[in-house]
Amino acid sequence: MIAFQNVSKIYLGHSPALEDVTFRVNRGEFVSIVGRSGAGKSTIIKLLIGEEKPTKGRVFFGQYEVNKVRDNDLPALRRHIGIVFQDFRLLPQKTAYENVAFALEVAGRPQSEIDELVPQVLDMVGLSDKLNNFPHELSGGERQRVAIARAMVHRPEVIIADEPTGNLDPINTWDIINLLLKINELGTTLMLATHDRDIINQLERRVVTLDHGKVIRDEEKGKYILI
Amino acid sequence: MVTVISRIIHYGFKNFWRNGLLSTATVAIVSLCLVVFAGLILANTTSSRLIGFLQDKIDISAYFKTNTPEDEILAVKSALEKLPEVKSVDYISTEEALAIFKARHENDPAFSQSLEELNSNPLEASLNIKAKDPKNYEVVAEYLKNPDIAQYLATDNPVTYYNKQAAIDRLAGIITGVDRIGLVLTILLSLVAGLVVFNTIRLVIYSNRDEISIMRAVGASNTFVQGPYLMEGLIIGVISAVASLLFIFLGFLLVPLFYPGVTALGIPDFSLFGYFGSNFFSILMYQVLFGVGLTVISSLVAVKKYLRN
Repeated sequence: MIAFQNVSKIYLGHSPALEDVTFRVNRGEFVSIVGRSGAGKSTIIKLLIGEEKPTKGRVFFGQYEVNKVRDNDLPALRRHIGIVFQDFRLLPQKTAYENVAFALEVAGRPQSEIDELVPQVLDMVGLSDKLNNFPHELSGGERQRVAIARAMVHRPEVIIADEPTGNLDPINTWDIINLLLKINELGTTLMLATHDRDIINQLERRVVTLDHGKVIRDEEKGKYILI
Repeated sequence: MVTVISRIIHYGFKNFWRNGLLSTATVAIVSLCLVVFAGLILANTTSSRLIGFLQDKIDISAYFKTNTPEDEILAVKSALEKLPEVKSVDYISTEEALAIFKARHENDPAFSQSLEELNSNPLEASLNIKAKDPKNYEVVAEYLKNPDIAQYLATDNPVTYYNKQAAIDRLAGIITGVDRIGLVLTILLSLVAGLVVFNTIRLVIYSNRDEISIMRAVGASNTFVQGPYLMEGLIIGVISAVASLLFIFLGFLLVPLFYPGVTALGIPDFSLFGYFGSNFFSILMYQVLFGVGLTVISSLVAVKKYLRN
């Protein structure tokens, strides 16, 4: 479903962010991308959603060859992907409900579907009583749950979570990870970028380890091993 | 498509309402700029009325010898009317000249007595000539020197143009100057107002740059990201246009309280407030066009910057 083929990315005047990276993610998998800050985790995500183009190699997502998608077609590609960011990136002027509904509105879904789906998804992430709260009225954990609800509401084929627990305390961290596991069990492919040792070691799922832009390990039931 | 457009309009209004303080500040700045714009319209109208009024005061008169047959005078009149530089020619016969003279001096018995003693009408018939442009009087004066005409003209002072020449030339100079300064000022002030509005809108959108990147990450198309900002620009433009005219209306009400008579400017049959009232809708249309054009174009340019990927 997702494939990186000999991908390199060099930002002008810097050492390579990614060097000859090749890996494949199958439908329904839960894959963690692990590495220190600057190892290339974010670059992988940016290449996958077409925010950056690879210097060399090819990036595939479903029927798209992402490195060849024209700028005008990127929004359509991104509607197949749900993204969760470390800093939540909710729209501050919109309520929890409106933030989630927004992902459906931009995809042109009818109002009746929005009215039905949004409360369901917010209920699933445990926020049915905070529909009309603005982001600044929510705690960090709650904001991240709104972001996850937004990422999953349009039933994407894959959810990419970029350090989703980086700003959260340990209890909220596990709430979020469990939520992601639940979404994955329902059939959505999940890519989790993190450098949290505890999460990786307890998950016991596939781990792709990056170091200085190279894949140094790719294990089915991986551990966090970085010196 | 209909769903997308209705959502864009809905978001435009919602963003405008929720960004209350920012929207109010933007409307305030844009309306001040539009006040400048409307002020230019009013100032240009006033100056052209003033110039028109002064131009109308200038004329030259050609006086004919008392023995000139009326037919000859009328022939000169129609010849003058054919000149492209001439706006109008009025014929004042000796009888009319006498009537005007009597009317002007009816309270002065010395004049009427001396007229009665003369037993004849000593006044000369004249042609009162108005040119389209003050610069054209020289052409008209030259034309009157033509011997065919000059033979009928009163000898020592055929044309009063030469008496008024200095004044007419000076006025012509002033009018050209005022026109030029007015044009430069209009362009300059419009440009400044335009730049202020553009910068204001740019700052509003700059403060929204994170939101724009979030919208794009969620899969919003460029139309969906840009649309609500254009809509907001439209709303700001329309409200500012109406507000600017409200400010001007208040100005018309308040300024005469402190400076009575200032809006009439000494031009007879002209009141700036009257002009504002009778042309209210066309001024409003200019304001809306200028306001909306500026805000929408500014929004378009400013958002474009954040639409790359």
